Amino acid sequence: MYVSVKGGEKAIDKAHELLAKERRGNPGVPEITTSQIAEQLTLAVDRVMSEGSLYDRELAALAVKQARGDLIEAIFLIRAYRTTMPRFGYSTPVETSRMAIRRRISATFKDLPGGQILGPTFDYTHRLLDFELEKENPADEDPPATRPEPVDGHTPRVLELLGNQGLMEPPDGACPHNGSDDDSIGDLTRQPLGFPADRDVRLQNLARGDEGFLLALGYSTQRGYGRNHPFAGEIRMGEVRVEFVPEELGFAIEIAEITLTECEMVTQFKGSKNVPPQFTRGYGLAFGHCERKTMSMALVDRALRADEFDEERVAPAQDEEFVLAHSDNIQATGFVEHLKLPHYVDFQSELELLRKMRAEIAKTHVEAAE
Amino acid sequence: MEREKAYNFAYLDEQTKRMIRRAILKAVAIPGYQVPFASREMPMPYGWGTGGVQVTASVLGQDDVLKVIDQGADDTTNAVSIRKFFKKTAGVETTTETGRASVIQTRHRVPEDELRPDQILVYQVPIPEPLRFLEPRETETRTMHALEEYGLMHVKLYEDISRHGHIATTYAYPVHVNARYMMDPSPIPKFDNPKLHRMAALQLFGAGREKRIYAVPPHTQVHSLDFDDHPFEVQKWDKACAICGAEDSFLDEIITDDAGGRMFVCSDTDYCNRQCEGVAK
Repeated sequence: MYVSVKGGEKAIDKAHELLAKERRGNPGVPEITTSQIAEQLTLAVDRVMSEGSLYDRELAALAVKQARGDLIEAIFLIRAYRTTMPRFGYSTPVETSRMAIRRRISATFKDLPGGQILGPTFDYTHRLLDFELEKENPADEDPPATRPEPVDGHTPRVLELLGNQGLMEPPDGACPHNGSDDDSIGDLTRQPLGFPADRDVRLQNLARGDEGFLLALGYSTQRGYGRNHPFAGEIRMGEVRVEFVPEELGFAIEIAEITLTECEMVTQFKGSKNVPPQFTRGYGLAFGHCERKTMSMALVDRALRADEFDEERVAPAQDEEFVLAHSDNIQATGFVEHLKLPHYVDFQSELELLRKMRAEIAKTHVEAAE
Repeated sequence: MEREKAYNFAYLDEQTKRMIRRAILKAVAIPGYQVPFASREMPMPYGWGTGGVQVTASVLGQDDVLKVIDQGADDTTNAVSIRKFFKKTAGVETTTETGRASVIQTRHRVPEDELRPDQILVYQVPIPEPLRFLEPRETETRTMHALEEYGLMHVKLYEDISRHGHIATTYAYPVHVNARYMMDPSPIPKFDNPKLHRMAALQLFGAGREKRIYAVPPHTQVHSLDFDDHPFEVQKWDKACAICGAEDSFLDEIITDDAGGRMFVCSDTDYCNRQCEGVAK
């Protein structure tokens, strides 16, 4: 005899207990601390801050720990926390040309003002497992390894140098809001996304977008699906100051220093009736050290600007609705995983129709045979 | 139950609730029209009822009595989870009895009992756009709604009939609201569609991920699309509920063994319980 399915509440509580146990793992192994995560899994923390769109290393480290290393789950935790935060206002635009640079490379010029700085990078490492890391090294008595002094002061961006010669489209390109008051800059956490979207909202969407999704789309442009012949004009990573003008003071005060990665792609443009041939831009920016993300973002940003340059929209990466509607991994994972929820009723309806249709077909076969 | 004081009543801050209530008012003023709203990130995943939860949070008051169902049942895990969420953040009374609830949040079903004017039914909606699977672009579908250009859907239903002899849509069956907007009633079985027509209760639909709210005000005309020679009809079972014997309810099929044994029981668990009590009396 069928027993009505009761006890959902108890099952949920038990599931949460099991989850906590799994997260902790073998209790004989020391528990990982959030400061260890913040210090040693820095790139995971950076990704969670970027896609969670909240700059807070400690919270991001806590989220990584709580999510058992599942970064999308960690991003979700940060997003859900962020949404409850009150807003005091908007900072003034950060000036990345005044970044305290720790890494800066250009693939377009061998040397340039400010120089090339390799910085901390996986590039040129041989991907050989380093078994030395398997050993547990006791905490070092020495003070932490000093970071090389960042290059401070004004380091002009490569694209500015090209712009001075008229070879590069001006930086405010198609962004209608550039230079106007801050309130007019879109914010898709406060306004639903509408189409067609302006570039400010597009860039916000991409900055919050899933790294893997943008990577695949950026890659597809390189393989001919919306090709725009990119060069890595410049990638820079380092610290910038965040300034805020409190209304009661009336002047800017420094409220934070944050790490940013910025990528500017240089792409070709053959020119149109009104515009002589020039280079065009794709832009990427992310919290922390997220090079793969910012490069992909810059490729997709440029691909989405197809209309501005009278390029035919033929590839997925150029399709604004396709890209912007599917870039958010929190939306995507929620909807994909909701298939785990019961669908008895809908399935029952389909089952009933299928049986009815099959019965009708069987009946016509019998009638035909007679 | 004492509510969690670290968050505002019913979780959302009052500014957000005001924004959502404005969207709801607009939705009520234009029955069936999808109003874009600045959907918030909720502490449960998109696709798991974030739209319904935001709508419920915005209409809920301290004296409300809340019922949450999923697939018609109060004890499915996600219904339990959402009910718990409001118990914790709003501290409101909850119930499983349809008649006692003032706000009912539902996924995939409309209760079997007739609802009253003092009740609100909140639907969780995954894809609010009825034309989405015929035209994936939002820019296109919004234009189609604006021009009341619904030929595409009629062609789809016609093709179903010519190919299968039936309209092959069994849930999320499109409706025409107040003789103006085409609307997705959410993935309820078409069995429930007639209940939407001139329902005395206010019906609100929330789609969190897609950032849309729409509504059917009380006593509004809701017509399930059909043709003169193929009138709309609902699913019928040749069995009654194996538990309560009801012949007028939507039945879930339960597989009882691996030898083809099955039984049919009410999907609306509250309705089923009360039928049983009625028999006992």
